[in-house]
Amino acid sequence: MNAMYGKKIGMTRIFTSDGDSIGVTAIEVEPATVVRVKTKDIDGYKAVVVSFGKIRQKLVTRPFKGQFEKNGAEVKKYLREIRMAGDQLPEKGSKIGVDIFKPGEKVHISGVSRGLGFQGSVKRHHFRGGPKTHGQSDRLRAPGSVGASSYPSRTFLGQRMAGHMGDDNVTVRNVKVVGVEPEQNLLLVSGPIPGHRNSIVYVRKAR
Amino acid sequence: MSVLKSLEAKYRKSDIIEFSPGDTIRVHVKIKEGDKERIQVFQGTVIARTGGGISESFTVRKLSSGVGVERVFPLHSPNIAKIEMIKQGRVRRSKLYYLRSLKGKKARIGEKKEE
Repeated sequence: MNAMYGKKIGMTRIFTSDGDSIGVTAIEVEPATVVRVKTKDIDGYKAVVVSFGKIRQKLVTRPFKGQFEKNGAEVKKYLREIRMAGDQLPEKGSKIGVDIFKPGEKVHISGVSRGLGFQGSVKRHHFRGGPKTHGQSDRLRAPGSVGASSYPSRTFLGQRMAGHMGDDNVTVRNVKVVGVEPEQNLLLVSGPIPGHRNSIVYVRKAR
Repeated sequence: MSVLKSLEAKYRKSDIIEFSPGDTIRVHVKIKEGDKERIQVFQGTVIARTGGGISESFTVRKLSSGVGVERVFPLHSPNIAKIEMIKQGRVRRSKLYYLRSLKGKKARIGEKKEE
């Protein structure tokens, strides 16, 4: 296995034996059950379907439950697919946990970034805004010109402006794994990762 | 957040003495020079403690040949070998930044009386 889903717990810092302090993000990678194995012959591609997380019975819809019953697995909150390369696929019913990662490895982490709502061009695109003084009014955080005049008589598509920011799929690449805590199912990576606390992130080994 | 707390617990030190702003302390700092490690002592007045949990740090100020020197230490850093209490000071605020603009007699801090 070279990828797994986890839950972002939050950030803290740890000290190395040299006395350096590193900011780390803790990701909880709960042991996930392999619900189904997709193969090239049957499904056209290779993947494993894993499930993890607790869910109240009341919240389970019947079609969702069916996915588990068909494969004889316990109903969990999340059902996610992990694409596989190579011939060795894990068996149905087996568990995959944090121990697939090792300290020192580099990983790519994907998640959905925090939604920031409607934001101006200064925050969203790092525009500089206008001057504060010299007779200016209402120009401090203004975007400036959005194009020329009679030619082309329109604003080009893709012109950066104010708008909805965040809640995007974001991947941070080559993040260093600082620690693995199998008893607590924790993965510690150096630096920040996308998403709010308790959001689901996809951790994949970097080649 | 309890997961993070239990994680931090591993890196936290339990043998730190109690000290607060106004106290004069002696900090034994491990210094690495190449392969060798030695201990350097920094003695001065604690002027602030900031942060919480594993991120807590404190600022120590001293006068070194007439020049004020301040060092900020992470409280739980493994580079701090030992902290010694020299004198407990009596102060009325938690951040003693006002000491920076004072010198000589005005920069004194009274000693805490035993209760």
